[in-house]
Amino acid sequence: MSRRGDWVYENNGGTCVAIAGADYCVVAADTRLSVGYSILTRDHSKICELADKCVLASSGFQGDIKALHKNLAARELLYQHQHNKRMSCPAMAQLLSNTLYYKRFFPYYAFNVLGGLDSEGKGCVFTYDAVGSYERTGFSAQGTGSTLIMPVLDNQLKSPSPLLLPARDAVTPLSESEAVDLVKDVFASATERDIYTGDKLEIVVINKAGTKREYIDLRKD
Amino acid sequence: MFRNQYDTDVTTWSPAGRLFQVEYAMEAVKQGSACVGLRSRTHAVLAAANKAASELSSHQRKVFRVADHAGVALAGLTADGRVLSRFLRSECINHAFVYDAPLPVSRLALRLADKAQVCTQRSWKRPYGVGLLVAGLDESGAHLYYNCPSGNYFEYQAFAIGSRSQAAKTFLERKFKGYDDYTPDQLIRDALSAIKETLQGEKLTSSNCTLAIVGRKDDGTVEPFEMIDAKRVQEIIDSMEAAEETPVAAAEPSSTQEEDKGTDAAPMDI
Repeated sequence: MSRRGDWVYENNGGTCVAIAGADYCVVAADTRLSVGYSILTRDHSKICELADKCVLASSGFQGDIKALHKNLAARELLYQHQHNKRMSCPAMAQLLSNTLYYKRFFPYYAFNVLGGLDSEGKGCVFTYDAVGSYERTGFSAQGTGSTLIMPVLDNQLKSPSPLLLPARDAVTPLSESEAVDLVKDVFASATERDIYTGDKLEIVVINKAGTKREYIDLRKD
Repeated sequence: MFRNQYDTDVTTWSPAGRLFQVEYAMEAVKQGSACVGLRSRTHAVLAAANKAASELSSHQRKVFRVADHAGVALAGLTADGRVLSRFLRSECINHAFVYDAPLPVSRLALRLADKAQVCTQRSWKRPYGVGLLVAGLDESGAHLYYNCPSGNYFEYQAFAIGSRSQAAKTFLERKFKGYDDYTPDQLIRDALSAIKETLQGEKLTSSNCTLAIVGRKDDGTVEPFEMIDAKRVQEIIDSMEAAEETPVAAAEPSSTQEEDKGTDAAPMDI
């Protein structure tokens, strides 16, 4: 693939998904890192735990993603020192948006999905574009497999439509285990058709008790 | 003799080769309420005597966490100390961002000292009026440094600063040789005893002292820098007092003889 001489980005592929429930949040991403038609590694995490109730998954250019995650983690530590508590998920959501827009004219090539629990303990998911436009939703998918996954989530999660008035809480009525099973299924499907998605699936579940991590094998081809 | 002529600004030397403004800044440290630090090979403890402006107000914060592996206790102009703590925090965060490793405590003390030195060589600045006890843990073990407004810093096994700190220092001088092998609990008890020396008869409770510890346990797990909560501090104080009540074999001579101005409170046995 030949790009223009000054093209400084590359797409390392992969897919991220997050689903918000009544009192939990599931954030998942595959672990394949690719460039062009090659695989660089089958074992690379796209997920970063920024705070105890706040987890970020990003797909896109891994160099920018690493820098973005480090930046946010440092800012969260500073917040901890100043406020004597960890950053809440909605606060981190705004910070991420501002951080992305700060580089509006040389963007982070990162497609982000932030998931966690809000200050009331309800699940929340924030979805972003590369320059910081964000929205709180009940579920989202970003990355190379997002177009394959989103319609299935729309269909299966039974969340109220965001277009309804009065505005409804977008969290899914599904239970935590049902949501995790759905995540495994959608990734299995995306792996079939998207060449950049596969190898392993990392699932992080955040709830009142804390954070749990799980790894599932995906097709390696 | 010439003290008053050469002390107007920090960039004027005295004929005896002294910078009086810097020395005056070190006096400010002696006015602040006491702080004590001690360390073993694996743990470092900081303790501070809390002083409240009045009964109605809360007491000043004198112990700050700077990073997971380090913290400071300060004496003197606490406003200056707050600003310096913020500086130290950002230094630790920036170092970890670039090198993915915690800033070694000696480097942290050095950064602080260099910052303090700048203020001793600019006519439009004044020296920071705060002395800091920097305690931390790094690859080479636990460390305790004292940074003074002059820009000097030294490593210590145990040290005390602030008002009536001489009483604490005398107490520490007798015992510091064994500190390397002390357990964290023993360090905490000695820190509390040292603070008690500076309170001069006032009863030691969890509301007039702050305690913080950082260290690495025997199995290698790191205990990050954190303040010990008031309830636990009170428990330790109570158990120390209970141990004192039961007759001890050899009574140590009270080191507060020179400081005690004959208050009505019971003499403090160690």
